[in-house]
Amino acid sequence: MSANGSKILAFGHYQPSRVVTNDDLAQMVDTNDEWIQSRVGIKERRIADTETVADMAGFAAEKALAASGLTAADIDLVIVATCSSIDRSPNVACRVADKLGVAGAAAFDLNTACSGFSYALANADHAIRAGAAKHALVIGAEKLSQITDWSDRSTCVIFADGAGAAVVSATAEGEEPGVGPVVWGSEPSDAIAIEGWQPYIVQEGQKVFRWATGTAPQVALAACEKAGVAPGDLGGFVPHQANLRIIEPLARKIGVDPAVLSRDIIESGNTSAASIPLALSKMIERGEVKSGSPVLLVGFGGGLTYAGQVVRCP
Amino acid sequence: MATREEVVTGLAEILEEVAGVNPDDVSEEKSFTEDLDVDSLSMVEVVVAAEEKFGAKIPDDEVQNLKTVGDAVSFIVANS
Repeated sequence: MSANGSKILAFGHYQPSRVVTNDDLAQMVDTNDEWIQSRVGIKERRIADTETVADMAGFAAEKALAASGLTAADIDLVIVATCSSIDRSPNVACRVADKLGVAGAAAFDLNTACSGFSYALANADHAIRAGAAKHALVIGAEKLSQITDWSDRSTCVIFADGAGAAVVSATAEGEEPGVGPVVWGSEPSDAIAIEGWQPYIVQEGQKVFRWATGTAPQVALAACEKAGVAPGDLGGFVPHQANLRIIEPLARKIGVDPAVLSRDIIESGNTSAASIPLALSKMIERGEVKSGSPVLLVGFGGGLTYAGQVVRCP
Repeated sequence: MATREEVVTGLAEILEEVAGVNPDDVSEEKSFTEDLDVDSLSMVEVVVAAEEKFGAKIPDDEVQNLKTVGDAVSFIVANS
């Protein structure tokens, strides 16, 4: 049966325990804490040890599922956004379904790099609206450390590992949708490339910075407009944690209260498709976003791709 | 069309907003990075704001040639 819309029931996240500081990186490449903090805003990041993308996705999904009040038997769709999984088949979504004991669900991976979670969430929302699913696990998970060139000081200080997950369910009849209309698109460019074998992330930093500072505000404002929410009324703003120098001016430009902006990049680095659900899950855990308040998600990155939507905080 | 003087004043306003540069320090012979302490990311923000303000298209490849305020003024005056 089709539904009027979907809503997020719960979030969960996972971060590896190993903390890598800027000083640690300064031992490996020619960089320093002051440069990294002033250019990117990162103080430390988490780097996985033996955990795979599927392991981290599974841990985050397990927490989200437990917090949602549903069980594995309820889930009929699993979508994993990732651009760093080395194992191609079974895909990460099937591996997560297997770990959690989800049987018979539609399960697929989706790669739009850093905008992945917002794309995946839109896909789940659309599937639920169409009646193709009722309860979905939507996950962003990355092990960027395995596709990072650890001798490239322009990228190895930025990227990190982690996962975030959401349980998304059909709204009841007459209930207001909790996942707003998506604004998405692409502007093909190789400014962020993960190519060949062995693939490493190669980024033209200034080009990406320019594109992001120009594009992200438009996506953010369009997503707010489609949802009928004024930026000043947002209870949370979770842009992809790309660079503090991108997200702080972005919040200012669109008129969001700086107090509701997620700055998880400071302690987590840039975790691509995982960054949005990871950051929002942590904000919710710390009690920083009120249940029911509108939260703007804006993903942007490799492709180049972008996607954004306003969601109601579970 | 803007005069060189108007473009310098406009750039000074942008530099103050983007990078906290004192407008009194901005003059044509000043180097963005060495004299005004504008890093590469702030330079991108300055370029984007200048495009909006003066209606000039400043391509990515051109940005690295804009070493001094005067370089930027010349490019903007010629291309706006």
